Amino acid sequence: MLLEIKNLHARIEGNEILKGINLKVDAGEVHAIMGPNGSGKSTLASVLAGREEYEVTEGEIWYNGKNLLELSPEDRAREGVFLAFQYPVEIPGVSNTNLLKTAVNEIRKYRGEEELDAMEFLELLKEKSKLVELDQKFLSRSVNEGFSGGEKKRNEIFQMAVLNPKLAILDETDSGLDIDALRIVANGVNKLRSKDNAIIVVTHYQRLLNYIVPDYVHVLYQGKIVKSGGKELALELEEKGYDWLKNNKAEVTV
Amino acid sequence: MMSNKDFKEWFISNYKTFEKSLNGEKTTSFHQIRKEALSKFSEMNLPTTKDEEWKYTNISPIIKHNFSVIPPKADLSTEEVNNFLFDKLEHHLLVFVNGEFRNDLSRLNDLPSSVEVGSLSDAIKKNHPALMKHFGKYAEDSHNLFTALNSAYTKDGAFVFVPKGKIIEDAIHIIFINKPTQDKFVTQPRNLFIAEDNSKVTVIEHYTSIGDGVYLNNTVTEMFVGENAIFDHIKLQEESKKSFHISRMEVDQERSSNFSSHLISTGAEFSRNECTTRFNGSGGESTLNGLFMIDDEQFFDAHTMIDHAKPHCNSYEHYKGILQDKARGVFNGKVMVRPDAQKTNAFQENNSILLSDDAVMNSKPQLEIFADDVKCSHGATVGKLDEEAKFYLKTRGIGEEAATAMLIHAFASDVIKSIRIEALRDYLEEIISKRFNQ
Repeated sequence: MLLEIKNLHARIEGNEILKGINLKVDAGEVHAIMGPNGSGKSTLASVLAGREEYEVTEGEIWYNGKNLLELSPEDRAREGVFLAFQYPVEIPGVSNTNLLKTAVNEIRKYRGEEELDAMEFLELLKEKSKLVELDQKFLSRSVNEGFSGGEKKRNEIFQMAVLNPKLAILDETDSGLDIDALRIVANGVNKLRSKDNAIIVVTHYQRLLNYIVPDYVHVLYQGKIVKSGGKELALELEEKGYDWLKNNKAEVTV
Repeated sequence: MMSNKDFKEWFISNYKTFEKSLNGEKTTSFHQIRKEALSKFSEMNLPTTKDEEWKYTNISPIIKHNFSVIPPKADLSTEEVNNFLFDKLEHHLLVFVNGEFRNDLSRLNDLPSSVEVGSLSDAIKKNHPALMKHFGKYAEDSHNLFTALNSAYTKDGAFVFVPKGKIIEDAIHIIFINKPTQDKFVTQPRNLFIAEDNSKVTVIEHYTSIGDGVYLNNTVTEMFVGENAIFDHIKLQEESKKSFHISRMEVDQERSSNFSSHLISTGAEFSRNECTTRFNGSGGESTLNGLFMIDDEQFFDAHTMIDHAKPHCNSYEHYKGILQDKARGVFNGKVMVRPDAQKTNAFQENNSILLSDDAVMNSKPQLEIFADDVKCSHGATVGKLDEEAKFYLKTRGIGEEAATAMLIHAFASDVIKSIRIEALRDYLEEIISKRFNQ
């Protein structure tokens, strides 16, 4: 088991957002987590990445045999967890190359591997930038500064490609994308799918799942996973809308 | 008020000691200038926080000391000087130790004919015509007690004279090294840099110290940038955390001249850096950039004034501060646009980052506009390091310290990038790395 979430409760500023999440993810799987606004989707992504503002009040998260909640955000990343941000941060004065070079080498150092030399590193960037059709000139620009929404999301997937995580969490990576950008981002993600890694796709809309076809779909509602199923669950949800959940809450099996 | 009198009386009563050290030079006409300055000094009051220009800057830590007016002689080797040089930089080097010019430690490359790079004491001895023409004309003694004190005690400093049309390719690196002993003392470098019409020169004014002693550096630098001349000035201040630094820079810019100033500082215990540039002709351009990084209980005050007295001039000012621990910073930047100065472009920005809850920054940007067809803007921000950006970096596997260092580098980078000397940029990058990336 790559990831096991047991009865996870989390709150922010005194408000309980997650109220007992249970989820198991194995290597080679793609899980989609869907749900209406405010259901706790982004909170779950943030807790997995280690955002400090969220307080875990109950439950456990086991990742690759390690207690994830005991690891700092940077150590989670070094262990192979990657979060693609819903709103990627602009960092003026730090170039994409500089960020990735520092990141790759800190991760390699943590794993007891040799740092990449400049040539190897540039080769890696060149190869991976093709995955998301990212122009080379982006590499020398400041991280996300002045990027369009689509460019920011492509940059997230580009970083994911370079860092090659075991577990990637894509937090509403589809939001605000036009259809071309959505296709490019999804293609990138699909090329990164392998039997050794797992991807959790957090989304509000079913559309992304036409491009990134999940193995499992979970519906998050009021801080709990209220329904799980195969990819067809996403279609059903799209057709009936989230109101269907609210109205049929009594019937839902957890 | 006892202590105030003490500070002034100390310098008045010790003036005879200083005069003795002048070695018979007392009879020159230049000494008359000194004595007039002393009388102005004795008539002025010490500034207090009730004075608008000193609102956030309390000089009481300085005036409680009695600084010896004759600095001690100090031994210094070439190796010790080399520690302060920048790698791979072709430059002319002037070295001052405890305020005194050291010919043995200085060296000049080939200079164009009639260019003069040397000590002010030499210029005084020679009664240099440019000295008599420019000295005290820009940094006037009236209304500034510390300038009057410096003028009264003027003995040495750097003197650069670039006549019309001459170009000095290599930067002039001027290092003022103070090597304190048990006795606290005052050094009062007085610099005069003259770039006549159509000339070009780069000057690095570098204040530093060996050891951790108490002294007062009271410096005055006057710069004349002639018509269409290009003057690139960098001031680097990295001094003992027990020392005091009061400095005034006055720049006169003639028509179509281009002046660029960078003030980079890791401070002293107390630093006051005044910089004024005045457009004395139309079509000039001025860049005033600054970066200071202070920690512990350091105090740093950047006090600038850009005087748009003539039309069609552009000024760009950007000061940044990084404060740690209980450090306190002040930025007081005034842009004056006088009635004649139509078509002025003036942009001013001050950004500071506080890395601790105890650090304090007072920012006071001021725009005074008396012309109606101008483009001016100013802004100030004081804040913490962007936590969201730091979290973002961490989720990419970058640790707390490396992430902090990256963000600080990024914050400082636009000031450093605009310095035209690569070797100096490298030197500064290293200072930042050492400071924030341990």
